[in-house]
Amino acid sequence: MSTTHVPPPKKVNRIGLEVLPYKGSKTTLCAGCGHNAISERIVECFYELGVQPWTVAKFSGIGCSSKSPAYFLGLSHGFNGVHGRMPAIATGAMLANRNLLGLGVTGDGDTASIGIGQFMHLVRRNLPMIYVIENNGVYGLTKGQFSATADLGSTLKSGMPNDLPPFDCCALGLKWGATFVARSFSGDKKQLQAILKTAISHHGLSIIDVISPCVTFNDHEGSTKSYSYMKDHEEMLHELDYVPFYEDISVEIPEGTVTEVQMHDGSKLRIRKLDRDFDPTDRLAALAALEEAEKKGEVLTGVLYVNTQKPTFLELLNLPDQAIATLPESSVRPPKTVLDQVMEELR
Amino acid sequence: MSTLEVSPSEPLTPASAHSVVNDFSIQVATVNGSGSQTANTVLMRSIFQMGIPVSGKNMFPSNIAGLPTWFTIRASKHGYIGRRKEIDLLVAMNPETAREDVLKLDSGAAVVYDEPLKLNELRSDLHFYPVPFDKLVAPVCPEAKLRKLVRNMIYDGVMAWLLSIEMNEVHKALVKQFGKRKAKAAELNWGAAQAGYDFAAKTLTKTDPYRVERMNETAGKIIIDGNAACALGAMFAGVTVVTWYPITPSSSLVETLIGYMKRFRHDPETGKSTYAIVQAEDELASIGMALGAGWAGARSMTATAGPGISLMSEFIGLGYYAELPAVIFDVERVGPSTGLPTRTQQGDLLSVALCSHGDTKHPMYFPCSPEECFSMAIDAFDFAEYFQTPTFVMTDLDLGMNNWMADPFQYPDKPIRRGKVLGAEDLNKLGSFARYKDVDGDGVGYRTLPGTDHAAASYFTRGSGHNEKAQYTEREDDYIHNMDRLAHKFECMRQRLPEPAVNLVPGAKIGFVAVGTSDYAVRESCDQLKNECQIDASYLRLKAYPFSDHLVDFIGRHDRIYVVDQNRDAQLLGLMRLELDPAMLAKLHSLRYYGGLPLDARTVTDEVVKQEGK
Repeated sequence: MSTTHVPPPKKVNRIGLEVLPYKGSKTTLCAGCGHNAISERIVECFYELGVQPWTVAKFSGIGCSSKSPAYFLGLSHGFNGVHGRMPAIATGAMLANRNLLGLGVTGDGDTASIGIGQFMHLVRRNLPMIYVIENNGVYGLTKGQFSATADLGSTLKSGMPNDLPPFDCCALGLKWGATFVARSFSGDKKQLQAILKTAISHHGLSIIDVISPCVTFNDHEGSTKSYSYMKDHEEMLHELDYVPFYEDISVEIPEGTVTEVQMHDGSKLRIRKLDRDFDPTDRLAALAALEEAEKKGEVLTGVLYVNTQKPTFLELLNLPDQAIATLPESSVRPPKTVLDQVMEELR
Repeated sequence: MSTLEVSPSEPLTPASAHSVVNDFSIQVATVNGSGSQTANTVLMRSIFQMGIPVSGKNMFPSNIAGLPTWFTIRASKHGYIGRRKEIDLLVAMNPETAREDVLKLDSGAAVVYDEPLKLNELRSDLHFYPVPFDKLVAPVCPEAKLRKLVRNMIYDGVMAWLLSIEMNEVHKALVKQFGKRKAKAAELNWGAAQAGYDFAAKTLTKTDPYRVERMNETAGKIIIDGNAACALGAMFAGVTVVTWYPITPSSSLVETLIGYMKRFRHDPETGKSTYAIVQAEDELASIGMALGAGWAGARSMTATAGPGISLMSEFIGLGYYAELPAVIFDVERVGPSTGLPTRTQQGDLLSVALCSHGDTKHPMYFPCSPEECFSMAIDAFDFAEYFQTPTFVMTDLDLGMNNWMADPFQYPDKPIRRGKVLGAEDLNKLGSFARYKDVDGDGVGYRTLPGTDHAAASYFTRGSGHNEKAQYTEREDDYIHNMDRLAHKFECMRQRLPEPAVNLVPGAKIGFVAVGTSDYAVRESCDQLKNECQIDASYLRLKAYPFSDHLVDFIGRHDRIYVVDQNRDAQLLGLMRLELDPAMLAKLHSLRYYGGLPLDARTVTDEVVKQEGK
């Protein structure tokens, strides 16, 4: 037996950080909760892309999903706000410091019920941030009531059926002018990673609706947001590959099967065709696909829509490159001559 | 009205023997949307330019066009610029209200009216001046569709003749009002004013005693409304994020701010804005954005009124508990609910002081004048960032939307202070920090801003239970420790807020305590009580909440304290009850007015006389 033990070299990302700084505190959510898987994907993606953790600001509302920002990116500032109004907090913070990478995590109760108005206006403004909806169709933290994304006819654990139609946050986002709309499943590691990474590269608001089963209150037979339902009904639009801007891989792309979307930062989203032609830059096609899937009882996953051209809210406001929050006094307090001029005008 | 003691049935005779100089109120009754605001502002400004202290108050409906509006202008050689209850001169332009307006006048008042209304038939104890407005406007305004707007300027000319206002001052005020870009409109209106003057000079015989005489009491002064003054304060405070939702009477605060920021807050080299102003989708969003911006290090603000405060209350509690700076301007109006949206009240004192569920308390500034709107707005931004808490500037519709004479504002003499913020270099020295630890003994912890380039900078902000290190906790001792620190922080604010204005009258048995715009009525009432009833009264005007310790001393020095409230439920007195030693409470008497008009001195005086049993 050898006496000298050489520790294996620590694995670091392109900015020299190990994965540990990308982790958060221990989750307090239920074992098997879809949200935990999403937290893991977030850790992996930010680590793998070498995002400096303290350039990220995490935002959430109230609910199980909104607790999760404590469980990833522990070196990032986080803000767990009030129910349904994470968009307002995030908007204010991003106005103050446009150089933050905003990452919002919310749930279907937070977004589709109390927060539907703020969600709508966030989309309208195209605030550059990532908006992850951890969608399980149920209120977990208050012990199992229907949310507004629960499907018609799906049941509570008690057997009570839902008699109202669901809001489809992706369809609504498309309707309201969203610039990046994707749906995924917490159990689909590869797809969710590609989508999250593309969202990090996207210049604008990224809506990611992730079906994320609630193992305690909505993983039963009558649920349409359960693991087994997703296994049987998920319909992938395409296969996704994300190629970051710093990896200059030139691959020969077989014509007709793979298309590429060039993201704002130079990264690429490679979309491999499965059994249908789908153009993710065609908003009407995306809406039609969702409509069709709903009729068939399928859950369509993948990147539904990307628009890399629309200006963001921060651009419309003509903000300077640096954060306005920390501009020096000389920039934000006009000189005495200005006050004198105004006083003269009022005489 | 001591100069004119006539019985209603007795006709008036020309009053050339006596005159009332620089001490009267004019009420102009019009229909809103008829352009009367211009005529009224010009009339007020003309008197101001003659050096006479003047104030203007607009009593308008919650409506865009077609409902009655009254504008009162008070000229006072004594410098009283609060509302005066009595009307001396009425300009009756609104057929719908003319009859009631005339019947309400005290005997001896003067009435300028549209001739076809035949108001002179209503009473014989008033001075009536009929003016054929339609006949006069036609020749000076050939374009028929503009006549409705120009017509009002005729009464400016008539009033100038009646009151001896110099016509060159009217012209100057007109040019000022319309600016260089609207020279044509100014000319058209000037023609109307002249027509009014000429008609009056040729046709009318002056029988009322009111007139102006040039004084020198307004030299160097400005005319501005409180909302504009708050806006200027915010701009010079270095505000960077402004989020708002339109609501009367606060909308013009942000609209004026937008105008000034566009002119004066762009980088001269790059042309970029050094600010962001966002019209939010509602007050829930505007306060959330303001707090998010404050969290990320911006000087942020919003402006609203009572209904907005109600909507914001959950977020305000978060701001208190998570310790987020933002300045909230509350331009109070009459509640509850929609209430009387275009009338004034100090109706939000309690709801703001204790806004949100659980144990919450919030600091408030109470400006009473445009000068204080400006200086307190600047101070409030420093204060909010130092104490890391939502900070309220409480004004009201009277202060916010009416035009006031004011001294030119003083440029801030201190640099902007951003409070306890740790940067990367600080963190290098410290190694780490605990967000909610009371390091300095004033209850205020150190914070870092998101985006700070340091691995030790981050912390987690939440409205749920947290310990000194900002970690989630439901522990009893952590919770109590944190809440006690917040209470201590609130106590420390008391020393930092502006001291009250105190006028101690030697030997006075009674004293007034008031806030904000009650000031004008209270000061005038102190004079009335002394001159008419030989009652001496001291006066303490609170400028902020939590209240200064001077309040206790002031109460101690007097037998009875009249706490003046512009609300039904004696909210200021109620707040004092929460703060004061119960032994002091017996001295407090409530003096309330809540009808929606600016408080007037006579109401205060009458109530004190009644309660004093004189």
